[in-house]
Amino acid sequence: MDTPAGDNTNPFPSLANLQRLAISESGFVFDPASGHNFTVNETGLSILRQLQKSTELAALLEHLANEYDAPVRELERDVLEFASVLRDYVGE
Amino acid sequence: MTIDVTVAITGMNAKPDNPGPGLAVARCLREAPEFTGRIIGLGYDGLDPGLYLSEFCDAAYLLPYPSAGDEAFIEAIKAIQEQEHIEVLIPCLDAELPGMVRLQPLLHDMGFKLFLPDQEQLRLRNKDRLKELAQHAGIECPETKPITNAGFFYQCQDKGWTFPCVVKGLFYDARIVYSVEEATEAYKHIAAQWGFPVLVQKLVKGEEYNLTAVGDGEGNMLGAVMMRKMAVTDKGKAWSGVSIDDQTLYDASAALIKAINWRGPLEVEVIRDRNGIYQLIEINPRFPAWIYLSVGVGRNLPLTLLQLALGEQPPAFAATKTGTLFIRYAEEAIISMDDFESVIMHGGHTLTD
Repeated sequence: MDTPAGDNTNPFPSLANLQRLAISESGFVFDPASGHNFTVNETGLSILRQLQKSTELAALLEHLANEYDAPVRELERDVLEFASVLRDYVGE
Repeated sequence: MTIDVTVAITGMNAKPDNPGPGLAVARCLREAPEFTGRIIGLGYDGLDPGLYLSEFCDAAYLLPYPSAGDEAFIEAIKAIQEQEHIEVLIPCLDAELPGMVRLQPLLHDMGFKLFLPDQEQLRLRNKDRLKELAQHAGIECPETKPITNAGFFYQCQDKGWTFPCVVKGLFYDARIVYSVEEATEAYKHIAAQWGFPVLVQKLVKGEEYNLTAVGDGEGNMLGAVMMRKMAVTDKGKAWSGVSIDDQTLYDASAALIKAINWRGPLEVEVIRDRNGIYQLIEINPRFPAWIYLSVGVGRNLPLTLLQLALGEQPPAFAATKTGTLFIRYAEEAIISMDDFESVIMHGGHTLTD
């Protein structure tokens, strides 16, 4: 499975930070520790649901590739961008 | 178990951009099913709206400003006590605390029960001891300097200070200033209102998080309620907020209360910067104006305080409830000239529905 070249660190917030998020079906997300709220689209919702189970990038990309029938390399770029925004909202 | 006592609450002022906590404290008690007693609102100005709101107060009186001295206060509170037979007094304003704490034995003899810190505890949380307090809490704090001369602002940039910074009163008030001229004006205004020294604090940018709780006087923090400010007034006061559960803020506040054996209500204000570093901004020795959120999350802290003041053991607290918002709003109270006259000319009145 592809991983970012030369980057072995996990791009996502910690599993604990992700698991504390209250995520509604509408895509409204509330972080009870920071008090932040934000919204995600259907794809973001799917990613967050997966991340609450595991923050392993390879497994997430495989799941998304199956779900959206898209190339992993393309998905990876979008997922890493999503992860960066997520860290801003949820912390490391 | 019902609590059928008469409680006096100060801080009935409620200018929309910076309300006193008194009205919110009264509202918390009014909405407690256990509380069946009377509420006496105490204010300092005939335009304090709480003095006229029968949904919160059964009677209301004016007190002389703390600057009038102990004698004037004692005379006024004695007259009110003869009329109302108050059992518990809940002061809600920073500037009142030194006097009320100092006069606790006398107030006790007059029949008032208070649940307040002692003079030493109150001194330990002074705004000019922030560094020491932050060390107790295990978090950072912005550099804070007491000054007694506005000349500081003309030389401060040579000493590592930059604008904007914050000019604060020893008891209350804080203004962000962007220039020497603004700083000098804020300094003069705050010194005139709150006395010396005036405090200058380096500005920390980030998100504001607050905690309110009651210290039991034995080192324990009871019923913490935490919130993130979602919107603020021009004066930086919370206009809306959301309840949260932040372990760092909780631990820092619990450590502070333990370190000084705090007794009574308090509010801990911190700012979390972009790097997630917590900076202690100040500790207020009273409930905040947003205390009604404590009812919203099932932890009625004014009721807890009342129970402690009466020597009762408060029941266990509900689990922390996150994601509850408050949004403050302003409305007009319609006051008859007769009621206004009673307050201005006679210093108080009984409120009827």
